[in-house]
Amino acid sequence: MLLERWLRSRGYPVIFTEWNSSRLVRRSMSRGKKKNLLTPTTFSLLHAVDFADRLTYQILPPLQAGMIVLADRYAFTAFARDVARGVHPEWVRAVYSFALRPDLTLYFRVPIEVSLERLLAGRAKLKYHEAGMDVGLSTDPVESFRIFQSRVLEIYDELTREFGLRTIDATGEIPEQQRMFRNIVQDVLRDYDSNRAKGNHVTTRSR
Amino acid sequence: MSRPGRGKSWSGHGLPYLSEKRLPGHLIAIEGTDGVGRSTQIDLLRPWLELEGYAVSNTGWTRSPLLSETINEAKAGHQLTVTTFSLLYAADFADRLEHEILPALQAGFIVIADRYMYTAFARNMVMGADPGWTRDVFGVALVPDLVIYLDIDVATLIPRVVQGKGMDHWESGMHLALGTDLFDSFQRYQSRLIDEYRRLASEFGFITVDARAPIEELQTQLRSHIMNYLRNADPARSGGNGEEKLPASTRKE
Repeated sequence: MLLERWLRSRGYPVIFTEWNSSRLVRRSMSRGKKKNLLTPTTFSLLHAVDFADRLTYQILPPLQAGMIVLADRYAFTAFARDVARGVHPEWVRAVYSFALRPDLTLYFRVPIEVSLERLLAGRAKLKYHEAGMDVGLSTDPVESFRIFQSRVLEIYDELTREFGLRTIDATGEIPEQQRMFRNIVQDVLRDYDSNRAKGNHVTTRSR
Repeated sequence: MSRPGRGKSWSGHGLPYLSEKRLPGHLIAIEGTDGVGRSTQIDLLRPWLELEGYAVSNTGWTRSPLLSETINEAKAGHQLTVTTFSLLYAADFADRLEHEILPALQAGFIVIADRYMYTAFARNMVMGADPGWTRDVFGVALVPDLVIYLDIDVATLIPRVVQGKGMDHWESGMHLALGTDLFDSFQRYQSRLIDEYRRLASEFGFITVDARAPIEELQTQLRSHIMNYLRNADPARSGGNGEEKLPASTRKE
Protein backbone atom coordinates (compact mmCIF):
# COMPACT_ATOMS: atom_id res chain seq x y z
CA MET A 1 0.00 0.00 0.00
CA LEU A 2 2.68 2.46 1.06
CA LEU A 3 4.87 1.51 -1.86
CA GLU A 4 2.02 1.83 -4.31
CA ARG A 5 1.18 5.30 -3.04
CA TRP A 6 4.79 6.38 -3.13
CA LEU A 7 5.29 5.15 -6.72
CA ARG A 8 2.12 6.90 -7.83
CA SER A 9 3.15 10.13 -6.14
CA ARG A 10 6.36 9.97 -8.16
CA GLY A 11 4.35 9.71 -11.34
CA TYR A 12 4.75 6.01 -12.08
CA PRO A 13 1.81 4.18 -13.63
CA VAL A 14 1.18 1.34 -11.15
CA ILE A 15 -1.10 -1.67 -11.19
CA PHE A 16 -1.59 -3.67 -8.02
CA THR A 17 -2.53 -7.35 -8.08
CA GLU A 18 -3.10 -9.66 -5.16
CA TRP A 19 -2.67 -13.40 -4.66
CA ASN A 20 -5.88 -15.45 -4.71
CA SER A 21 -8.11 -12.59 -5.80
CA SER A 22 -9.56 -13.63 -9.17
CA ARG A 23 -13.30 -14.14 -9.37
CA LEU A 24 -12.79 -17.30 -11.36
CA VAL A 25 -11.89 -19.64 -8.51
CA ARG A 26 -13.55 -17.82 -5.65
CA ARG A 27 -16.46 -20.22 -5.46
CA SER A 28 -14.36 -23.39 -5.66
CA MET A 29 -11.90 -22.00 -3.16
CA SER A 30 -14.50 -21.06 -0.58
CA ARG A 31 -16.42 -24.31 -1.02
CA GLY A 32 -13.16 -26.24 -0.72
CA LYS A 33 -12.12 -24.41 2.39
CA LYS A 34 -15.50 -24.47 4.08
CA LYS A 35 -16.10 -28.17 3.53
CA ASN A 36 -12.44 -29.03 3.98
CA LEU A 37 -12.30 -30.68 0.55
CA LEU A 38 -8.93 -29.30 -0.45
CA THR A 39 -5.92 -31.56 -0.70
CA PRO A 40 -2.37 -30.17 -1.04
CA THR A 41 -2.60 -30.74 -4.80
CA THR A 42 -6.01 -29.16 -5.42
CA PHE A 43 -5.09 -26.28 -3.08
CA SER A 44 -2.00 -25.72 -5.22
CA LEU A 45 -3.81 -26.05 -8.57
CA LEU A 46 -6.62 -23.67 -7.61
CA HIS A 47 -4.05 -21.03 -6.73
CA ALA A 48 -2.33 -21.70 -10.05
CA VAL A 49 -5.65 -21.15 -11.86
CA ASP A 50 -6.06 -17.86 -10.01
CA PHE A 51 -2.51 -16.87 -10.91
CA ALA A 52 -2.84 -17.84 -14.59
CA ASP A 53 -6.02 -15.81 -14.88
CA ARG A 54 -4.48 -12.73 -13.26
CA LEU A 55 -1.33 -13.12 -15.36
CA THR A 56 -3.46 -12.96 -18.51
CA TYR A 57 -5.67 -10.05 -17.50
CA GLN A 58 -3.89 -8.08 -14.80
CA ILE A 59 -0.17 -8.64 -15.20
CA LEU A 60 0.80 -9.06 -18.87
CA PRO A 61 -1.26 -6.25 -20.48
CA PRO A 62 -0.02 -3.53 -18.09
CA LEU A 63 3.57 -4.73 -18.59
CA GLN A 64 3.10 -4.61 -22.34
CA ALA A 65 1.81 -1.09 -21.90
CA GLY A 66 5.00 -0.20 -20.04
CA MET A 67 3.48 0.01 -16.57
CA ILE A 68 4.76 -1.17 -13.22
CA VAL A 69 2.97 -4.18 -11.77
CA LEU A 70 3.11 -4.55 -8.02
CA ALA A 71 2.20 -8.10 -7.01
CA ASP A 72 1.33 -8.92 -3.43
CA ARG A 73 2.75 -12.48 -3.43
CA TYR A 74 3.88 -14.36 -6.50
CA ALA A 75 4.69 -17.94 -7.54
CA PHE A 76 7.28 -18.15 -4.74
CA THR A 77 4.43 -18.22 -2.25
CA ALA A 78 3.26 -21.45 -3.90
CA PHE A 79 6.79 -22.84 -3.96
CA ALA A 80 6.99 -22.32 -0.20
CA ARG A 81 3.50 -23.06 1.08
CA ASP A 82 2.51 -25.88 -1.25
CA VAL A 83 5.78 -27.69 -0.72
CA ALA A 84 5.36 -27.28 3.06
CA ARG A 85 1.96 -28.98 2.54
CA GLY A 86 3.67 -31.86 0.78
CA VAL A 87 3.56 -31.41 -3.00
CA HIS A 88 6.72 -32.17 -4.93
CA PRO A 89 8.98 -29.10 -5.32
CA GLU A 90 9.75 -29.89 -8.95
CA TRP A 91 6.08 -30.40 -9.75
CA VAL A 92 4.98 -27.01 -8.42
CA ARG A 93 7.85 -25.28 -10.27
CA ALA A 94 6.77 -27.01 -13.47
CA VAL A 95 3.14 -26.00 -12.91
CA TYR A 96 4.20 -22.34 -12.64
CA SER A 97 6.73 -22.47 -15.47
CA PHE A 98 4.49 -20.18 -17.54
CA ALA A 99 4.95 -17.39 -14.97
CA LEU A 100 7.05 -14.42 -15.96
CA ARG A 101 10.15 -13.97 -13.77
CA PRO A 102 9.72 -10.70 -11.82
CA ASP A 103 12.30 -7.95 -12.30
CA LEU A 104 12.52 -7.69 -8.54
CA THR A 105 11.23 -9.92 -5.78
CA LEU A 106 11.28 -8.72 -2.21
CA TYR A 107 10.86 -11.13 0.65
CA PHE A 108 9.65 -9.71 3.96
CA ARG A 109 11.10 -11.99 6.54
CA VAL A 110 9.70 -12.16 10.02
CA PRO A 111 10.23 -14.75 12.80
CA ILE A 112 7.31 -17.04 13.68
CA GLU A 113 6.67 -15.48 17.09
CA VAL A 114 6.44 -11.99 15.63
CA SER A 115 3.98 -13.01 12.89
CA LEU A 116 1.92 -14.96 15.45
CA GLU A 117 1.78 -11.93 17.70
CA ARG A 118 0.77 -9.65 14.82
CA LEU A 119 -1.91 -11.99 13.53
CA LEU A 120 -3.40 -12.61 16.96
CA ALA A 121 -3.38 -8.91 17.79
CA GLY A 122 -5.39 -8.17 14.64
CA ARG A 123 -8.05 -10.83 15.02
CA ALA A 124 -9.35 -13.41 17.45
CA LYS A 125 -7.95 -16.55 15.88
CA LEU A 126 -5.76 -18.03 13.17
CA LYS A 127 -7.29 -19.17 9.92
CA TYR A 128 -7.45 -22.93 9.38
CA HIS A 129 -5.24 -23.01 6.30
CA GLU A 130 -2.75 -20.33 7.36
CA ALA A 131 -2.13 -22.40 10.49
CA GLY A 132 -1.62 -25.43 8.26
CA MET A 133 -4.35 -27.30 10.18
CA ASP A 134 -5.16 -29.24 7.00
CA VAL A 135 -1.74 -30.89 7.16
CA GLY A 136 -2.56 -32.48 10.50
CA LEU A 137 0.57 -31.39 12.38
CA SER A 138 -1.19 -30.57 15.62
CA THR A 139 -4.74 -30.16 16.85
CA ASP A 140 -3.77 -26.89 18.53
CA PRO A 141 -3.94 -24.06 15.97
CA VAL A 142 -1.10 -22.05 17.51
CA GLU A 143 1.16 -25.08 17.74
CA SER A 144 0.23 -26.11 14.21
CA PHE A 145 0.96 -22.58 12.97
CA ARG A 146 4.41 -22.72 14.58
CA ILE A 147 5.33 -26.05 12.98
CA PHE A 148 3.83 -25.30 9.58
CA GLN A 149 5.14 -21.75 9.26
CA SER A 150 8.65 -22.80 10.38
CA ARG A 151 8.67 -25.21 7.45
CA VAL A 152 7.51 -22.38 5.19
CA LEU A 153 10.24 -20.06 6.50
CA GLU A 154 12.92 -22.68 5.96
CA ILE A 155 11.79 -23.14 2.38
CA TYR A 156 11.74 -19.38 1.80
CA ASP A 157 15.37 -19.21 2.92
CA GLU A 158 16.22 -21.80 0.26
CA LEU A 159 14.16 -19.93 -2.34
CA THR A 160 16.04 -16.75 -1.52
CA ARG A 161 19.22 -18.46 -2.68
CA GLU A 162 17.62 -20.29 -5.61
CA PHE A 163 15.87 -17.27 -7.12
CA GLY A 164 17.84 -14.37 -5.70
CA LEU A 165 14.98 -12.87 -3.67
CA ARG A 166 15.93 -9.66 -1.82
CA THR A 167 15.23 -10.07 1.87
CA ILE A 168 13.86 -7.25 4.00
CA ASP A 169 13.88 -7.66 7.74
CA ALA A 170 10.24 -7.07 8.57
CA THR A 171 10.65 -7.01 12.36
CA GLY A 172 11.80 -3.38 12.38
CA GLU A 173 9.86 -0.13 12.35
CA ILE A 174 7.72 0.47 9.28
CA PRO A 175 9.41 3.76 8.24
CA GLU A 176 12.79 1.99 8.29
CA GLN A 177 11.42 -0.89 6.18
CA GLN A 178 9.95 1.58 3.71
CA ARG A 179 13.27 3.40 3.42
CA MET A 180 15.09 0.17 2.48
CA PHE A 181 12.27 -0.89 0.28
CA ARG A 182 12.26 2.39 -1.64
CA ASN A 183 16.02 2.34 -2.11
CA ILE A 184 15.93 -1.10 -3.68
CA VAL A 185 12.96 -0.26 -5.88
CA GLN A 186 14.50 3.00 -7.03
CA ASP A 187 17.61 1.13 -8.02
CA VAL A 188 15.67 -1.37 -10.11
CA LEU A 189 13.70 1.40 -11.75
CA ARG A 190 16.78 3.22 -13.02
CA ASP A 191 16.53 1.64 -16.50
CA TYR A 192 12.84 2.29 -16.56
CA ASP A 193 13.45 5.95 -15.76
CA SER A 194 16.01 6.39 -18.48
CA ASN A 195 13.66 4.81 -21.00
CA ARG A 196 10.92 7.10 -19.86
CA ALA A 197 13.19 10.10 -20.23
CA LYS A 198 13.72 9.08 -23.84
CA GLY A 199 9.99 8.92 -24.33
CA ASN A 200 9.88 5.12 -24.66
CA HIS A 201 6.82 4.59 -22.56
CA VAL A 202 5.96 1.25 -24.04
CA THR A 203 8.76 -1.23 -23.71
CA THR A 204 8.94 -4.55 -25.46
CA ARG A 205 9.97 -7.16 -23.00
CA SER A 206 11.79 -10.37 -23.45
CA ARG A 207 10.61 -13.22 -21.29
CA MET B 1 9.44 -42.16 -7.67
CA SER B 2 7.31 -44.38 -5.46
CA ARG B 3 5.43 -47.39 -6.77
CA PRO B 4 1.83 -47.42 -5.57
CA GLY B 5 1.48 -51.16 -5.31
CA ARG B 6 1.22 -54.05 -7.72
CA GLY B 7 1.90 -53.10 -11.31
CA LYS B 8 0.89 -49.46 -10.82
CA SER B 9 2.91 -46.35 -11.38
CA TRP B 10 2.55 -42.57 -11.28
CA SER B 11 2.70 -40.52 -14.42
CA GLY B 12 5.26 -38.13 -12.86
CA HIS B 13 6.04 -37.25 -9.26
CA GLY B 14 2.67 -38.53 -8.07
CA LEU B 15 1.38 -37.44 -4.67
CA PRO B 16 4.39 -37.53 -2.32
CA TYR B 17 2.34 -36.64 0.79
CA LEU B 18 0.17 -39.75 0.57
CA SER B 19 1.44 -42.63 2.57
CA GLU B 20 2.11 -45.76 0.61
CA LYS B 21 -1.10 -47.75 0.29
CA ARG B 22 -1.94 -50.86 -1.63
CA LEU B 23 -4.20 -50.27 -4.62
CA PRO B 24 -5.64 -53.70 -5.39
CA GLY B 25 -8.34 -52.30 -7.71
CA HIS B 26 -8.12 -51.73 -11.44
CA LEU B 27 -8.14 -48.42 -13.27
CA ILE B 28 -9.57 -48.57 -16.76
CA ALA B 29 -9.73 -45.41 -18.85
CA ILE B 30 -11.97 -45.02 -21.89
CA GLU B 31 -10.69 -42.32 -24.22
CA GLY B 32 -12.08 -40.90 -27.43
CA THR B 33 -13.38 -37.64 -28.82
CA ASP B 34 -16.80 -36.06 -28.17
CA GLY B 35 -19.76 -37.97 -29.54
CA VAL B 36 -17.85 -41.18 -30.12
CA GLY B 37 -20.10 -43.14 -27.74
CA ARG B 38 -18.02 -43.35 -24.58
CA SER B 39 -20.85 -42.89 -22.11
CA THR B 40 -23.17 -45.34 -23.90
CA GLN B 41 -20.47 -47.99 -23.75
CA ILE B 42 -19.58 -47.27 -20.12
CA ASP B 43 -23.25 -47.52 -19.11
CA LEU B 44 -23.28 -51.01 -20.62
CA LEU B 45 -19.99 -52.08 -19.06
CA ARG B 46 -20.95 -51.39 -15.49
CA PRO B 47 -23.84 -53.85 -15.02
CA TRP B 48 -21.86 -56.51 -16.86
CA LEU B 49 -18.82 -56.12 -14.60
CA GLU B 50 -21.08 -56.18 -11.54
CA LEU B 51 -22.60 -59.46 -12.74
CA GLU B 52 -19.06 -60.77 -13.10
CA GLY B 53 -18.67 -60.03 -9.40
CA TYR B 54 -16.69 -56.78 -9.48
CA ALA B 55 -17.47 -53.62 -7.57
CA VAL B 56 -17.43 -50.75 -10.05
CA SER B 57 -16.96 -47.02 -9.63
CA ASN B 58 -17.28 -44.42 -12.38
CA THR B 59 -15.54 -41.12 -12.73
CA GLY B 60 -15.72 -38.59 -15.55
CA TRP B 61 -13.88 -35.53 -16.81
CA THR B 62 -15.04 -32.24 -15.17
CA ARG B 63 -17.36 -34.05 -12.76
CA SER B 64 -15.66 -33.13 -9.49
CA PRO B 65 -17.89 -31.49 -6.86
CA LEU B 66 -15.13 -28.95 -6.20
CA LEU B 67 -14.68 -27.67 -9.74
CA SER B 68 -17.58 -28.62 -12.00
CA GLU B 69 -19.56 -25.41 -11.40
CA THR B 70 -16.49 -23.25 -11.82
CA ILE B 71 -15.64 -24.98 -15.10
CA ASN B 72 -19.16 -24.49 -16.44
CA GLU B 73 -19.08 -20.84 -15.45
CA ALA B 74 -15.71 -20.38 -17.09
CA LYS B 75 -16.96 -22.00 -20.29
CA ALA B 76 -19.98 -19.73 -20.33
CA GLY B 77 -17.61 -16.77 -20.11
CA HIS B 78 -15.48 -17.88 -23.12
CA GLN B 79 -12.50 -15.92 -21.94
CA LEU B 80 -9.85 -18.22 -20.56
CA THR B 81 -6.45 -19.02 -22.00
CA VAL B 82 -5.32 -22.59 -22.69
CA THR B 83 -3.10 -22.41 -19.62
CA THR B 84 -5.89 -21.37 -17.28
CA PHE B 85 -8.23 -24.01 -18.70
CA SER B 86 -5.63 -26.74 -18.38
CA LEU B 87 -5.08 -25.89 -14.74
CA LEU B 88 -8.82 -25.94 -14.07
CA TYR B 89 -9.07 -29.39 -15.67
CA ALA B 90 -6.05 -30.53 -13.70
CA ALA B 91 -7.65 -29.34 -10.46
CA ASP B 92 -10.86 -31.19 -11.36
CA PHE B 93 -8.80 -34.27 -12.14
CA ALA B 94 -6.77 -34.11 -8.91
CA ASP B 95 -9.93 -33.70 -6.85
CA ARG B 96 -11.46 -36.84 -8.40
CA LEU B 97 -8.16 -38.71 -8.20
CA GLU B 98 -7.82 -38.17 -4.45
CA HIS B 99 -11.47 -38.36 -3.45
CA GLU B 100 -12.86 -40.95 -5.87
CA ILE B 101 -10.27 -42.89 -7.84
CA LEU B 102 -7.63 -43.73 -5.22
CA PRO B 103 -10.08 -44.64 -2.42
CA ALA B 104 -12.00 -46.90 -4.82
CA LEU B 105 -8.79 -48.58 -5.98
CA GLN B 106 -7.75 -49.08 -2.37
CA ALA B 107 -11.06 -50.80 -1.73
CA GLY B 108 -10.43 -53.10 -4.70
CA PHE B 109 -12.97 -51.55 -7.10
CA ILE B 110 -12.72 -51.39 -10.84
CA VAL B 111 -12.69 -47.69 -11.66
CA ILE B 112 -13.91 -46.78 -15.12
CA ALA B 113 -12.74 -43.31 -16.09
CA ASP B 114 -14.69 -41.57 -18.82
CA ARG B 115 -11.66 -39.70 -20.29
CA TYR B 116 -8.33 -39.41 -18.53
CA MET B 117 -5.25 -37.18 -18.73
CA TYR B 118 -4.74 -38.11 -22.40
CA THR B 119 -7.74 -35.93 -23.27
CA ALA B 120 -5.85 -32.95 -21.84
CA PHE B 121 -2.72 -34.01 -23.72
CA ALA B 122 -4.62 -34.18 -27.02
CA ARG B 123 -6.56 -30.94 -26.58
CA ASN B 124 -3.57 -28.94 -25.40
CA MET B 125 -1.50 -30.15 -28.31
CA VAL B 126 -4.19 -28.95 -30.71
CA MET B 127 -4.60 -25.65 -28.86
CA GLY B 128 -0.89 -24.94 -28.90
CA ALA B 129 0.03 -25.33 -25.24
CA ASP B 130 3.47 -26.68 -24.41
CA PRO B 131 3.02 -30.49 -24.43
CA GLY B 132 5.83 -30.99 -21.92
CA TRP B 133 4.11 -28.63 -19.50
CA THR B 134 0.78 -30.46 -19.79
CA ARG B 135 2.46 -33.73 -18.93
CA ASP B 136 4.30 -32.19 -16.00
CA VAL B 137 1.07 -30.79 -14.58
CA PHE B 138 -0.60 -34.21 -14.85
CA GLY B 139 2.45 -35.81 -13.22
CA VAL B 140 0.21 -36.28 -10.17
CA ALA B 141 -1.85 -38.88 -12.08
CA LEU B 142 -1.84 -42.60 -11.59
CA VAL B 143 -1.18 -44.42 -14.87
CA PRO B 144 -4.26 -46.51 -15.79
CA ASP B 145 -3.95 -50.28 -15.95
CA LEU B 146 -5.76 -50.29 -19.26
CA VAL B 147 -6.66 -47.53 -21.72
CA ILE B 148 -9.18 -48.28 -24.42
CA TYR B 149 -9.38 -45.73 -27.19
CA LEU B 150 -12.59 -45.46 -29.20
CA ASP B 151 -11.40 -44.43 -32.62
CA ILE B 152 -13.59 -42.79 -35.25
CA ASP B 153 -13.16 -40.70 -38.38
CA VAL B 154 -14.64 -37.21 -38.69
CA ALA B 155 -17.00 -38.15 -41.51
CA THR B 156 -18.71 -40.77 -39.32
CA LEU B 157 -18.56 -38.56 -36.25
CA ILE B 158 -20.39 -35.57 -37.78
CA PRO B 159 -23.85 -37.12 -38.29
CA ARG B 160 -23.67 -38.71 -34.82
CA VAL B 161 -23.00 -35.38 -33.16
CA VAL B 162 -25.55 -33.50 -35.23
CA GLN B 163 -28.26 -36.07 -34.49
CA GLY B 164 -27.19 -36.23 -30.87
CA LYS B 165 -26.71 -33.15 -28.75
CA GLY B 166 -25.53 -30.95 -31.61
CA MET B 167 -22.22 -29.16 -32.15
CA ASP B 168 -21.20 -26.98 -29.26
CA HIS B 169 -18.86 -24.00 -29.19
CA TRP B 170 -16.00 -25.77 -27.40
CA GLU B 171 -16.20 -29.16 -29.07
CA SER B 172 -16.11 -27.36 -32.40
CA GLY B 173 -12.97 -25.52 -31.39
CA MET B 174 -14.62 -22.16 -32.12
CA HIS B 175 -12.28 -20.63 -29.52
CA LEU B 176 -9.41 -21.38 -31.91
CA ALA B 177 -10.97 -19.41 -34.75
CA LEU B 178 -10.13 -22.17 -37.23
CA GLY B 179 -13.03 -21.49 -39.52
CA THR B 180 -15.76 -19.00 -40.10
CA ASP B 181 -18.64 -21.36 -39.43
CA LEU B 182 -19.36 -23.92 -36.77
CA PHE B 183 -19.47 -26.91 -39.13
CA ASP B 184 -16.19 -26.06 -40.79
CA SER B 185 -14.50 -25.43 -37.46
CA PHE B 186 -15.86 -28.66 -35.96
CA GLN B 187 -14.50 -30.64 -38.87
CA ARG B 188 -11.01 -29.16 -38.63
CA TYR B 189 -10.78 -29.18 -34.85
CA GLN B 190 -12.02 -32.75 -34.47
CA SER B 191 -9.73 -34.11 -37.18
CA ARG B 192 -6.72 -32.54 -35.49
CA LEU B 193 -7.88 -33.94 -32.17
CA ILE B 194 -8.35 -37.42 -33.61
CA ASP B 195 -4.87 -37.31 -35.19
CA GLU B 196 -3.48 -36.41 -31.81
CA TYR B 197 -5.37 -39.22 -30.01
CA ARG B 198 -4.02 -41.70 -32.56
CA ARG B 199 -0.48 -40.51 -31.92
CA LEU B 200 -1.00 -40.85 -28.18
CA ALA B 201 -2.50 -44.31 -28.71
CA SER B 202 0.75 -45.54 -30.15
CA GLU B 203 2.93 -43.64 -27.68
CA PHE B 204 1.12 -44.92 -24.59
CA GLY B 205 0.00 -48.31 -25.89
CA PHE B 206 -3.78 -47.80 -25.82
CA ILE B 207 -5.97 -50.58 -27.07
CA THR B 208 -7.71 -49.06 -30.08
CA VAL B 209 -11.19 -50.20 -31.06
CA ASP B 210 -13.11 -49.10 -34.12
CA ALA B 211 -16.00 -47.01 -32.80
CA ARG B 212 -17.82 -47.05 -36.14
CA ALA B 213 -19.07 -50.52 -35.23
CA PRO B 214 -22.68 -50.90 -34.01
CA ILE B 215 -23.17 -50.42 -30.27
CA GLU B 216 -23.53 -54.12 -29.39
CA GLU B 217 -20.56 -55.15 -31.44
CA LEU B 218 -18.39 -52.45 -29.91
CA GLN B 219 -19.53 -53.52 -26.45
CA THR B 220 -18.54 -57.12 -27.17
CA GLN B 221 -15.08 -55.96 -28.19
CA LEU B 222 -14.69 -53.82 -25.08
CA ARG B 223 -15.75 -56.68 -22.83
CA SER B 224 -13.31 -59.06 -24.41
CA HIS B 225 -10.41 -56.61 -23.98
CA ILE B 226 -11.37 -55.94 -20.37
CA MET B 227 -11.81 -59.64 -19.61
CA ASN B 228 -8.45 -60.34 -21.15
CA TYR B 229 -6.81 -57.71 -18.98
CA LEU B 230 -8.57 -58.89 -15.80
CA ARG B 231 -7.58 -62.49 -16.42
CA ASN B 232 -3.95 -61.57 -16.61
CA ALA B 233 -4.05 -59.09 -13.75
CA ASP B 234 -6.23 -61.06 -11.41
CA PRO B 235 -6.02 -64.78 -12.19
CA ALA B 236 -7.53 -65.67 -8.82
CA ARG B 237 -10.79 -63.91 -9.60
CA SER B 238 -11.61 -65.16 -13.07
CA GLY B 239 -12.87 -68.68 -12.35
CA GLY B 240 -11.42 -71.80 -13.97
CA ASN B 241 -12.62 -71.83 -17.54
CA GLY B 242 -9.44 -73.50 -18.72
CA GLU B 243 -8.11 -70.40 -20.46
CA GLU B 244 -5.88 -69.18 -17.68
CA LYS B 245 -2.31 -68.91 -18.71
CA LEU B 246 -0.83 -68.65 -15.22
CA PRO B 247 -0.67 -71.69 -12.98
CA ALA B 248 -2.55 -71.39 -9.67
CA SER B 249 0.70 -71.44 -7.71
CA THR B 250 1.63 -67.93 -8.91
CA ARG B 251 -1.27 -66.48 -6.94
CA LYS B 252 -0.02 -63.89 -4.54
CA GLU B 253 -2.87 -61.76 -3.37
